[in-house]
Amino acid sequence: MISLERVTVGVGGFELREISFSLRSGAYGVLMGRTGSGKTTLLEAICGLRSVRAGRIRLQSQDVTDLPPAARGIGFVPQEGALFSHLTVRQHLEFALVIRKWERERIRVRVGELAEWLGLEALLDRMPQGLSGGETQRVALGRALSFQPGVLCLDEPLSALDDDSRAGICAVLEGVRTRTGVTVLHITHNLAEAERLADTLLRLHHGSIDIQIPSASR
Amino acid sequence: MTSPSPAHDERGNDARRLRHSDRTFLICFSVLAGSYLLLLVSTLVADLFYTSPGHLWHALQSAEIRYAIRLSLLSCTLTALLSLWVAVPIAYLMARLKFPGKGLADALLDIPIVLPPLVIGLSLLILFQTPPGRAVERWIPVTYAVPSVILAQFMVACAFAVRTLRATFDQISPRHEQVALTLGCSRSQAFWMVVLPEARRGVLTAGTLAWARALGEFGPILVFSGATRFKTEVLSTTVFLELSVGNLEAAVAVSLLMVAAAVAVLLLIRTQGLDSALGRPL
Repeated sequence: MISLERVTVGVGGFELREISFSLRSGAYGVLMGRTGSGKTTLLEAICGLRSVRAGRIRLQSQDVTDLPPAARGIGFVPQEGALFSHLTVRQHLEFALVIRKWERERIRVRVGELAEWLGLEALLDRMPQGLSGGETQRVALGRALSFQPGVLCLDEPLSALDDDSRAGICAVLEGVRTRTGVTVLHITHNLAEAERLADTLLRLHHGSIDIQIPSASR
Repeated sequence: MTSPSPAHDERGNDARRLRHSDRTFLICFSVLAGSYLLLLVSTLVADLFYTSPGHLWHALQSAEIRYAIRLSLLSCTLTALLSLWVAVPIAYLMARLKFPGKGLADALLDIPIVLPPLVIGLSLLILFQTPPGRAVERWIPVTYAVPSVILAQFMVACAFAVRTLRATFDQISPRHEQVALTLGCSRSQAFWMVVLPEARRGVLTAGTLAWARALGEFGPILVFSGATRFKTEVLSTTVFLELSVGNLEAAVAVSLLMVAAAVAVLLLIRTQGLDSALGRPL
């Protein structure tokens, strides 16, 4: 579950005031809004990367407003993936698990599961520099989901992809909910993408959020 | 067949004029650039022709020069390590944090780059005449001793390392460490596990530049460390000492050693740059 109560967050002179919305556990929320409307700022506040000026943020019923990003249990996929240039694909999938001091065997099994699901088996020993846009986003998604977070935040993960890769990642994202039960908040500009994936559509407009339930999900 | 229209003629003339202007522009710039490169190469070639393998061998046999080579290698390596140790946190904080007085701090960091080298040496000399400086001297002799060589080199080399690393950290998107934070890292883990490995080429370049800068340092060392043989003599001091006694052959031979070291450093940096462009892991 993601719940924002009268959250005020800002960057410099720009401010989003008293934003409130709630996504039930396991929901796939898509957040839309014009460029510069503050979508990424809001996502950063939820991830703990930007402190809020007022209000409370709850994830899975826990108040995380004052917790650091590491303690929030959020998988975050930024635009362009932001893969680490010095790690192989396998090391990306292992990263959060090594930090959490999982046992070697448990890590191996988890990486195997993720690689099979995301079609990364042949790429495990590759460096990020040679990967296509679609492969990069699948690695970023696998890295974000590796530690089985309760919440997944995606910041325009499909914006830099060609049509084929976009369709492939969309299919993976459709499977995310059924496979993991994670609550997803996904930022996009693309209405077709939103209608395909969302069961809750959030529109950020003039500093407030309108919530819509797409007809297909009713 | 109809004759070309006046408009057609005019376009043709315009195109010729543009081509002529472009060519003149490129030729002027190429001549200016080429003359500077020619000057650089000429000085090196002149050095090479002035000396002979015999002179070089003779210089290398001199106990004083061998001591200077050893001290130069040791002090430059220590200076490079010390510069990285200090420059990495400074550059990271300057690249990532916003704080009051950041502009002033940024300007202060450039002081060693813009100050005349002799002034840096003199300032260090005066610093160690103050009560805190004298207190340090009671524990570790600095002025006119080996530590003064390292400190004089460090003052300038560190500023260059900070500039290089600042550019490196500026180029690494903060998103990378933010992702690391959401994956469970503390800030320090994100730095050691993500930022520093991603900055590895910049760190190597900064270390190499600091080393080369330290090797060429002369003014601050002359003032702060003196030029005492078998004590504070480094290669740049050797060139000065040999020149002052009229031994031009030895001065040129030692200069060529320093040129060789500088060329090796440049090649190393270029190789790193090439690796970076190819995106290969080190």
